[in-house]
Amino acid sequence: MTIEIADLTRRFDRTEVLRGINLAIAEGELVALLGPSGSGKTTLLKIIAGLDWPDTGSLTVNGQDWLAKRAQDRRAGFVFQHYALFPHMKVRDNIAFGLTVLPRRDRPSAAAIRARVDELMRFLQISALADRFPAELSGGQRQRVALGRAMAISPAVLLLDEPFGALDALVRRDLRRWLRDVLETSKTTSIFVTHDQEEAFELADRVVIMGAGRIEQIGRPDEIYDHPATPFVARFLGLSVELPVRLRAGRVEAPGLDATALPRRAMADGPAMLFARPADLAPVPAQDGPLRVAAISSTGALLHVQLTDDGGLAVETEVPRRRGLHLSLGQRVTLRVEAGQVFRDGAPAETPAETPAADSRPVPLRYEHSSKESLR
Amino acid sequence: MNVTAITPQDSARAALSHDIAMRRLLIGAALALTALLVVVPLAYIFYRAFAAGWQVFAANITEPNTLHAIGLTALVAAIAVPVNIVFGLCAAWVIARFRFAGRRLLLTLIEIPFSISPIIAGICYLLLYGRQGLLGPFLMAHDIRILFALPGIVMVTMFVTAPFVVREVLPLMQAQGSEQEQAALTLGASGWQVFRLVSLPNIRWALVYGAVLCTARAVGEFGGVSVVSGSIRGQTNTLPLQIELLFNDLNMVGAFAASSVLTLIAVIALVVKSLLETRRG
Repeated sequence: MTIEIADLTRRFDRTEVLRGINLAIAEGELVALLGPSGSGKTTLLKIIAGLDWPDTGSLTVNGQDWLAKRAQDRRAGFVFQHYALFPHMKVRDNIAFGLTVLPRRDRPSAAAIRARVDELMRFLQISALADRFPAELSGGQRQRVALGRAMAISPAVLLLDEPFGALDALVRRDLRRWLRDVLETSKTTSIFVTHDQEEAFELADRVVIMGAGRIEQIGRPDEIYDHPATPFVARFLGLSVELPVRLRAGRVEAPGLDATALPRRAMADGPAMLFARPADLAPVPAQDGPLRVAAISSTGALLHVQLTDDGGLAVETEVPRRRGLHLSLGQRVTLRVEAGQVFRDGAPAETPAETPAADSRPVPLRYEHSSKESLR
Repeated sequence: MNVTAITPQDSARAALSHDIAMRRLLIGAALALTALLVVVPLAYIFYRAFAAGWQVFAANITEPNTLHAIGLTALVAAIAVPVNIVFGLCAAWVIARFRFAGRRLLLTLIEIPFSISPIIAGICYLLLYGRQGLLGPFLMAHDIRILFALPGIVMVTMFVTAPFVVREVLPLMQAQGSEQEQAALTLGASGWQVFRLVSLPNIRWALVYGAVLCTARAVGEFGGVSVVSGSIRGQTNTLPLQIELLFNDLNMVGAFAASSVLTLIAVIALVVKSLLETRRG
């Protein structure tokens, strides 16, 4: 089942919710739509399901124009965040719903429906719940039933809207692993919406990051994690420290900054921004370091170390507590960057010239202690 | 120190006993008023209806004009209530599921019968459909009788009872949202299947509740109907109008007998309503 989405736009009144979405999904793929709330990911999912309609663009599934089809005729299984189970029906009847509403000529016999539902409930490990009503189930159980109901129609594509959003953390983790097994076994093409990065990265074959109605980046989880394509993706993925740097011969340079661990970039010389995760920044004690330790707080396993320079720049770093014991307030340090991403001021991202693995030659970084201003 | 410590306690205790006395007084007053205004008159209707014995009661009930009035009232309710159920469902559906210009206006319009005296509705119909009315000549030319006939009575009854079903069903539909219906759609259900298998079961108790209230109101309607029916004995007299006629004829047993029938219907509706309330609660 290949899904092709081209130039899809959608606006509600004056708000542009989708501004030109292009996306192709291969048969059997599990794709996560990841983004902050308001990025348009749920709207995109509803358009694929036929519960909402785009203003322009096309949606083709296996060569068929789905925009010409009603929701009833698409066979898109939809799983809602709040389950949307039918409260007056037992679990068994909820799951059988999609089969019992088939027109008489397509409908399996009552015995066949029963057998299919039984099989599905065994597969989903919810056989014990068959004769209960939704009100008698926990949140996690309800979501399993909701998935069963959507899978009963052998959907062309399974669409899950924040499937774990209404569950507490422990159930969430259990259900996530369960869902991954189920989807891997059933090989159903699936798209799920989430705002939880960990969830998307753990589950999905490919992650689509959306921001303000556009796709910011598409890629495998590790690819995106290591190489965020835009400042938006970098910030969203927790590269929250932004340092002004200079590029010289593809190398990142700034006073007091050891960026030797970073790969070389195919970018022209000039000013740029380095985005890094606090955990990828290590304060290194140095007598003439341009930064000072301004605050240290412990979360048990980690130390949050706040650094400042004389010009008012503030840098948040995260150090395993045992390795940060030598740090003290007011101490002068330099900064070592383990990983990060470089962007020209707000300009679209350029892909790295070489992957970190290919770049094995360490090139020493030259310090420029005299021009502290460039660090700001 | 001691003095200041004890005084507030004492005054608190005094306030508490004062509160209890006040509460008893209010409960007593409420019970007494209910008895005086509601229970005693209702009981008295049955007492008077049966005062001259069962046979006299039966003779009065089976009097042709009274019997006809009972039949007419049942017929009016049998038409007006189902029509209002359908109308109420459609209106609630549209208001709950769609955002459109004039949505609030529609909601307000539906509630108008709650605030307007039914007699005004009757007079409006008279001015619209009467011989001298706006549509009078047209209706006369096509030999359509609305006033002083069944259609007029049914229409006024429908006007008066219009809000009942909507008011019960709408809040529930708004609270439940449309996700279940969307789920049913993606599972391949047709529009009718969605309504029958998902929407209707979710609102069924509210719907029955609204229908019961609607029936009680339709059966008891007096003011509006009295204007448009013409009160022709044995023809356009509904039960409430018949009671008034009997009363004006000084036929007290007849009036009370007819009243007891109407009261019985109301009491049954009330019992059904409370049963539904426990079921819904």
